[in-house]
Amino acid sequence: MPASDTATLPILTGDDVVRLRQLVRTRALEIRLSLVDQTKLVTAASELARNTLVHGGSGSAVVETVEKGGRHGVRAAFVDSGPGIPDLDLAMTAGWTSGGGLGLGLSGAKRLVDEFDIDTEVGRGTSVTVVKWAR
Amino acid sequence: MSPSVPILRLADALLVSIQVDLQDDDVMALQEELAEKIVDTSARGVIIDISAVDIVDSFIGRMFSSIAALSRVLDAETVVVGMRPAVAITLVELGLSLDGVRTALDLEKGLAILARLTRARRPLDEDDPGYDSEDLGDPVPSGS
Repeated sequence: MPASDTATLPILTGDDVVRLRQLVRTRALEIRLSLVDQTKLVTAASELARNTLVHGGSGSAVVETVEKGGRHGVRAAFVDSGPGIPDLDLAMTAGWTSGGGLGLGLSGAKRLVDEFDIDTEVGRGTSVTVVKWAR
Repeated sequence: MSPSVPILRLADALLVSIQVDLQDDDVMALQEELAEKIVDTSARGVIIDISAVDIVDSFIGRMFSSIAALSRVLDAETVVVGMRPAVAITLVELGLSLDGVRTALDLEKGLAILARLTRARRPLDEDDPGYDSEDLGDPVPSGS
């Protein structure tokens, strides 16, 4: 299931977020996601990469194409060693924000992808993995 | 400074055409630069052309709302034009409502909206002798 073209990007600056968006788009094009699905995936990745930068302090992203039962998808995993999320249910609530943003990052990103997994521990960090499958 | 986004003057409006993938700092810089340009040029309107933009996430969406609010405080109107269909679908699913932001399908329609909005406000201007209430849809009922 893991593919050969796994790429890891550091997320240390705003420019890295732009690079991450471009990488995700390239992968999405490779597996021929529809234009709308590409746009959704890249938008979700942008939200998550910004979370990694803003809330995690910094981190990295792993982007790869995956295959399951003949279907192709793009998987992106965002990992930081930041403060973690104390109340995950609250953080996943649309409109709730820890400050500054619109509170759409996590809940919005989840709506835009097919699979969404989040693992967080206070004091250790957060990792979010999303997958978008080609139809 | 935001070297990647030129702000052009078009009659009494400012045209911002976003052509590259902006990072968050560029977005903030653009907002500040735009506020200064509105005051410097006494612009009555701002058009943000996003026809070349392939994603609008919550950060950029929030910028549109702040620019709209900011320009309103500075006596100008904002219209976002040229949103791609895939971007619109994604925005709605993301839950972004672009509060207070006017949109138009293309530049021409955006300019028409601005013209209507700013003309409707002209009766308040003392320095506009060319204004003739006959050619307006009478936005402000006069007399009674």
